[in-house]
Amino acid sequence: MSEAGLCTRGLRVRLGGVEVLHGVSLDFATGWTTIVGPNGAGKSTLLRAMAGLLVPSAGEVELAGRVLPRWSARERGRRLAWMSQNGEVTGELTVREVVHLGRLPHLGLFAAPGTDDEAAVDEAIRATGCGAWQHRRLRELSGGERQRVLLARALGAGAPVLLLDEPTTHLDPPHQVAMVRLLRDLGRTHVVVSVLHDLPLALQADRLVVLQDGRVRADGAHDCPALHATLVDAFDGALRIERLGDGARAASGGAGACRYTALPNLEP
Amino acid sequence: MPQADRLRRRRLSLLLALTALCGMLAGLVAGSDGWSWRALSDADAATIVAQIRAPRTLGAWLTGALLGLAGAVAQGLFRNPLADPYLLGSAAGAALAVVLVLAAGVLAGHGIGLATAGLLARIGLVAAAFLGALIGVLLTLALARGAEQTARLLLAGVVVGVVLGAVSDLVTSVAPDALRGKQIFLLGTTGYLGWGSAAVLGAGLALLLPPALRLARALDALTLGEDSARTMGLPLGRVRMVLVGVVALATGLAVSQSGLVAFVGLAAPHLVRRFAPSAHGFNLAASTAMGGTLLLASDVLARTLIAPQELPVGVLTAVLGGGYLLWLLHARSRV
Repeated sequence: MSEAGLCTRGLRVRLGGVEVLHGVSLDFATGWTTIVGPNGAGKSTLLRAMAGLLVPSAGEVELAGRVLPRWSARERGRRLAWMSQNGEVTGELTVREVVHLGRLPHLGLFAAPGTDDEAAVDEAIRATGCGAWQHRRLRELSGGERQRVLLARALGAGAPVLLLDEPTTHLDPPHQVAMVRLLRDLGRTHVVVSVLHDLPLALQADRLVVLQDGRVRADGAHDCPALHATLVDAFDGALRIERLGDGARAASGGAGACRYTALPNLEP
Repeated sequence: MPQADRLRRRRLSLLLALTALCGMLAGLVAGSDGWSWRALSDADAATIVAQIRAPRTLGAWLTGALLGLAGAVAQGLFRNPLADPYLLGSAAGAALAVVLVLAAGVLAGHGIGLATAGLLARIGLVAAAFLGALIGVLLTLALARGAEQTARLLLAGVVVGVVLGAVSDLVTSVAPDALRGKQIFLLGTTGYLGWGSAAVLGAGLALLLPPALRLARALDALTLGEDSARTMGLPLGRVRMVLVGVVALATGLAVSQSGLVAFVGLAAPHLVRRFAPSAHGFNLAASTAMGGTLLLASDVLARTLIAPQELPVGVLTAVLGGGYLLWLLHARSRV
C-alpha cells in the first residue's frame, strides 16, 4: 500500500441491528477504483465507514498506515476528502464559498484564507469546470452543476484520498464523460474510490470491486474477464459486457488499454 | 464576492443603521400623549426620557437583537429556515418558572412553607425566567443525549415544550391568580425595561455575538449536510454545544427581560436572507441588527397606535411577523 493509501481490515458494520458489511478487507493505492454491486450490497456503507462517518462493529480502516480513530479530525480532513450523494443543500453560499469550505481542514474555523488557499480553490473550480458560475448560489444550480461543485469542494481540500459517493448522478452524458476523464486524471496522482450505479461508467475505472450482500465478490482490473463474469452474475444476468470498438473507445476518452461497456441483457 | 452582493449588503447595513437611529429617536419622543419633540428639550420631560423612554428604547433594540441572533444561529444549526429560537425548550422553561414564582404565594397558602415561597419570590421573575429558560434547554439536551443529532434535538425540544407547558397549565389551574401574570409574560412586553435591564441585555449581546460570529464558518459547512461538515475536520460536537449555548443564553436573557416576544427570532433572519442573501458571517450580524430594529419599531408602534393605551408588543410582533410569513408563503406559491 502506498504512503497515502487506504485499507480496510475485516470491516464489519451494523446498521439498525443488522450487519451490513461482513468482514470486508480491501487495499486502495493510487488509481481510480469504483465499487459496484446491486442495491443493498453495502457500497455506500463501505464508503461512509472508510470516511469515518460510521463506526465499525469490528475490524478497522487504516489511512496512510494509521487507524482512522488515531487521526485528529483536521488531519484526517487534510488527507481524506469525501463527497456525498447530491443531498439537500440549504443556505445562501455561492459556488466559490462552497469550494472554499474544502480548505477548512487546513485553515480551521478562524484563520483567513491565504494565497495558497485561493490557488487551490481556483484550481478545483477550473478542474471541474465551475468557473462560469462560481459567483452564483449553490441552491440556484441544477443537480448536475451542484454535483460538480461538490466535487470541486472535495478537490479543494487537496487531500490525496478522495471518496466519492455517486459522483456522476444527475450529470448529462457530456458531463458524465468529462467526469470520467477527470477521475482518470485524478487517479494518476490520487487514491480515488467511487461508488457508481452506472456500470458503463464504472467500467472505465482502473479497478472494480464487486460487492454483494456486504461481501467482496470480485476485485480486479476493469478488463479482467473473471471479474466481468462475476459482475454479470451479481446482477442476475441482467446485463452483458462487451468490448468497445476503437471508435467508441476514442469517443469515451479511452486510453491505450481495452475498454468495456455494460449493456442491458434483454434476451429471455 | 460579486459586486451585486457587496452592494446589497452595504444597502442593508445602511438601512439597518438608519432605521435603528430613527427608531431610537422615535422611542425617545413617543409617549402616552403621542409624539412630542418637546421631550428632547424640556427639563421636566427630560427625566421621563432619561429614566423611562431611553432605557426602554435601548432595551427593546437589545432584546430584539438577541432574539435575531438566536434565530439566525438556530436556523443555521438546524438547517431549517423555519427554526425558531424558542424550539429548544427555553420558552416553555421560562414560562413555567415565571408561573411558579407568581403562584408561590398562593401555593404557600395551600401547604408549602412560607420560607420556600419567600425564597421563590426573592429569586424574582427575571432571574426565574432566565434560569427556567436555561433549565428548559438543559432538559432538551439531556433528553436528546447531547447536541450531536439535529432531528433528536428538535424532537426533544418539542417534547420538553409540551411537557413543561402542561405543567405550567397545571400550576395555573391550582393557582389561578398566576394566570394574569403568565398572560403578560406570554404576550411579551418592553414596559418594564430599565437601565439595569439594558445593561444586562447589552452585556449579554457583547458576550454572545463574538463566539457566534467566530463559528459562522461551521454553520456554512453545515449547509452541505452533517456528514460533509464532519469530514471537513470540524469538531462538530463542541461547535454544536457552543452554538446551542448561544441560543439558550440569548433567548434566556431576552425572555427574562421582555417575556415571550413572538416571531422576531424567526422573521429577522428571513428578512436578511431576502434582502441580502449571504454566508453566515454577514447573516448573523445583520440578523442581530434586524431583530433589534424589528422590536424597536414594534415597541414604538405599540406605544403610539392606540395612545394613551398601549398594545402588548408581543401581539404586534406576532401580527406583523405572522403577516410577513403568510405573505412570503403566498409570494413563493405564485413563483
